[in-house]
Amino acid sequence: MSFMNTLMNGTDFDHKSLNALQKVTLRAVVMSFLFFGLVAIEGMIMRMVEVGPKAPIPHMFFHPAHFFSIMTVHPIVGIFGSTYQLVFGAFMFLVPFLTKKPLYSVKIANAVWLLITIGTAMSWIAAFVWQYAPLYTLYWPLPADTNQFSVVGGIVFIVGVALIMVGTLLFIYNIYATIFARVGIHKNKTTKELLISGFGIDGMLNLINKLRGKPPYSKDPALALPVVAIFRGTVDTFLDAIVILSAGILVLVYLIFDASGHPLNVASVDALLYKNYFWWGLDLVADGLVLIYVAGSWYLLATLITGQKLFMENVARAALMLELLVSWMVWSHHLLADQGQPEMMKLISGEMVTAFELLTQGLALFITLVTLWKARPLKMTPPLAYLLGGLVGFGLAVPAAIIQADMGMNRVLHNTQWIIFAHVHIALIVGLYMTLYSAVYVMWPLVTNNTTMFSKKLTWTHFWLYLIGGIGMGAFAGMAGLDGMLRRHLYVHGEFNTLMILAAICGTMVLIAWAIFLFNIVMSVGVKGLIGIFLPAEDKTASYGIEEDDN
Amino acid sequence: MTFASSKELLSFHWMAYSIYAIFIISLIAWFAYNLTRKEKAKSIVRIPFYGYMAFLVAMGVGHHIFTYNSIPWVSQDIMRHHIKPDASYEFEVGNHKWINMPKHVTVQCGQTIKFDVHSRDLVYGFGLFRQDGSMVMQMQVNPGTDVNGILDSNDILWTFNHNGTFDVMSTEYSGPEAYDEKTGDSKMIVEKWLTVQGCKEGGKK
Ligand code: HEM
Repeated sequence: MSFMNTLMNGTDFDHKSLNALQKVTLRAVVMSFLFFGLVAIEGMIMRMVEVGPKAPIPHMFFHPAHFFSIMTVHPIVGIFGSTYQLVFGAFMFLVPFLTKKPLYSVKIANAVWLLITIGTAMSWIAAFVWQYAPLYTLYWPLPADTNQFSVVGGIVFIVGVALIMVGTLLFIYNIYATIFARVGIHKNKTTKELLISGFGIDGMLNLINKLRGKPPYSKDPALALPVVAIFRGTVDTFLDAIVILSAGILVLVYLIFDASGHPLNVASVDALLYKNYFWWGLDLVADGLVLIYVAGSWYLLATLITGQKLFMENVARAALMLELLVSWMVWSHHLLADQGQPEMMKLISGEMVTAFELLTQGLALFITLVTLWKARPLKMTPPLAYLLGGLVGFGLAVPAAIIQADMGMNRVLHNTQWIIFAHVHIALIVGLYMTLYSAVYVMWPLVTNNTTMFSKKLTWTHFWLYLIGGIGMGAFAGMAGLDGMLRRHLYVHGEFNTLMILAAICGTMVLIAWAIFLFNIVMSVGVKGLIGIFLPAEDKTASYGIEEDDN
Repeated sequence: MTFASSKELLSFHWMAYSIYAIFIISLIAWFAYNLTRKEKAKSIVRIPFYGYMAFLVAMGVGHHIFTYNSIPWVSQDIMRHHIKPDASYEFEVGNHKWINMPKHVTVQCGQTIKFDVHSRDLVYGFGLFRQDGSMVMQMQVNPGTDVNGILDSNDILWTFNHNGTFDVMSTEYSGPEAYDEKTGDSKMIVEKWLTVQGCKEGGKK
């Protein structure tokens, strides 16, 4: 087949054969990877600026307002436009698939990806056109500082973020409505049974009964373990959406009053109290839903790859509950450099409870590794390789986090490149995304009706470039942090030049890896197929693999 | 073991974390290799589940106990309101400028100094940096007032055990106006603001 023919038509992809659930999943996945490209380009622009004045990029990027507007939208596009979109798309497919029930509403699922896409685009436009740049942490009163930022830009940005949060709330509604629907295999289950299973209480009771020598509370839990993780992580997703939405409303009120010529006093809101509230919510993304969703994804992937039961399933169920409680109490590790923060909160929430994350994530790593080990010998397929890459990512990033969540270390690590690279980017780019790539490869035959992947070689090239680039970028920029390089600071003279060049080379590897991945996908589904994904589905089925059972 | 300066601590941390990073990457690589092999891999050590859990707990808690005992500024920070400093410097920051800040500060070796910074408008940071760019210490500077309308303090105690000349920088982003629009240089850097003298070559008096 000629190159042009494959580019237009793909390998053997037929978008007309896809049902409504498959199509809505793929729409979110496509948008997510397009946003990933944007985030990688933005990241590389910032990195090149930090390389110094000789870096081969236009000088306009060295302009402070321009540089920081990129830094403001980069995490919005990355976390919401790309990660949320991919995770939500995958879960809106997996929950019906694993519970063998239809998705509550395909219309809502469509609204979710549309709202997140439009919201992300609006925030991006606010930064691009009006250079609104308070950074994603929105530290009070910077987002309401109309001496530095345009009111219109601020309003467009906040409305964009609000749309993302509305999309998030709709996702939550759709997921819970699907889980609690008493149809199919859950026809005879009560809401109470589903709730007990969702919170992992059945796993806990099974463990207690085992210790007391009694028969298990429930031999066959109502919800599969990955669904429990989705259920549990979604609690944090909800709380986080409420916090971000309410902070957005606060900023919006100030901006609107300012625009009407009656500015409110920003000092009425205490900056440290606001920081506590905002970090409580924002941290539910990092230490809450990411870790819980990731643990659940590892368990799912390990069982699907090996075709065997998860090792120590009851412990895993109970640990997910612990993880949820831990995630609500760790936000103070972001405030260890804030001298007004009570020492007791730094000690208990910032250090001690945070240290539990080593335990919960270490446990998830252990259970996943043993499940894989017991199924030896395994073939090194892309899903397995990416899963192992994800484990490496968190194996590096979680201990880095525990080290910096310490009153002694934080004094010299806070707001340095160490935090944002050795910890955050390794956790996101290597840990989270490698896990998500594994899920993409596992789900590929299911959502595309067994479409042949264009090139295995390109898949492996993507894997190695991405893994080495991701770890390398985190390592070199992290080292610059230890040399004193701050994050969220404009360096225009190439102050940390050597390490920045090395980090930029590794960042370029990540960017090229993304382009290779995208090319492989486009060549598999074809341009026509790609467009077809966005056309209405002829088959309105909102489930996968249960039609025959229903007949 | 006691770290006399942040430089010593960060070098130790660099070494320890790099060794750990190489270890965990090698471990997963070894695991991946053996996953695909038909022959059973010989385990080097057999780690029981509860032993592994106990190890994680020991690392999580032990790490803080270690730093509490080896990093002098931890207990000093917690107890700072009960410690009398050798000198205090109180100043403000607002509109991306340091206000009422002394032009230069000279510290004798071993002295404990209190820095008390108040913000009039935004969140800033206060950090001291060596001439090679490495960080001595930093804190966040939040705006806010108490019930009497007095600006809240953001105070830190620091004991200087090594000679040197340090720059001040804001360690938190406070908007693009903190930078020169044309050159991109930070407006909040005060070069060679603090000098420590009287220490021996390797530190301390
Ligand atoms: C090739 C890929 C990427 C590169 C080269 C890159 C690079 C960068 C750079 C240079 C910064 C600014 C650091 C500083 O000086 O403060 C940054 C910040 C950040 N990035 Fe990335 N990044 C990439 C991908 C991602 C992704 C995929 C995400 C999220 C899913 C992400 C999330 C963040 C966050 C949260 C910040 C902090 C922004 C702040 O401090 O306000 N990055 N990144």
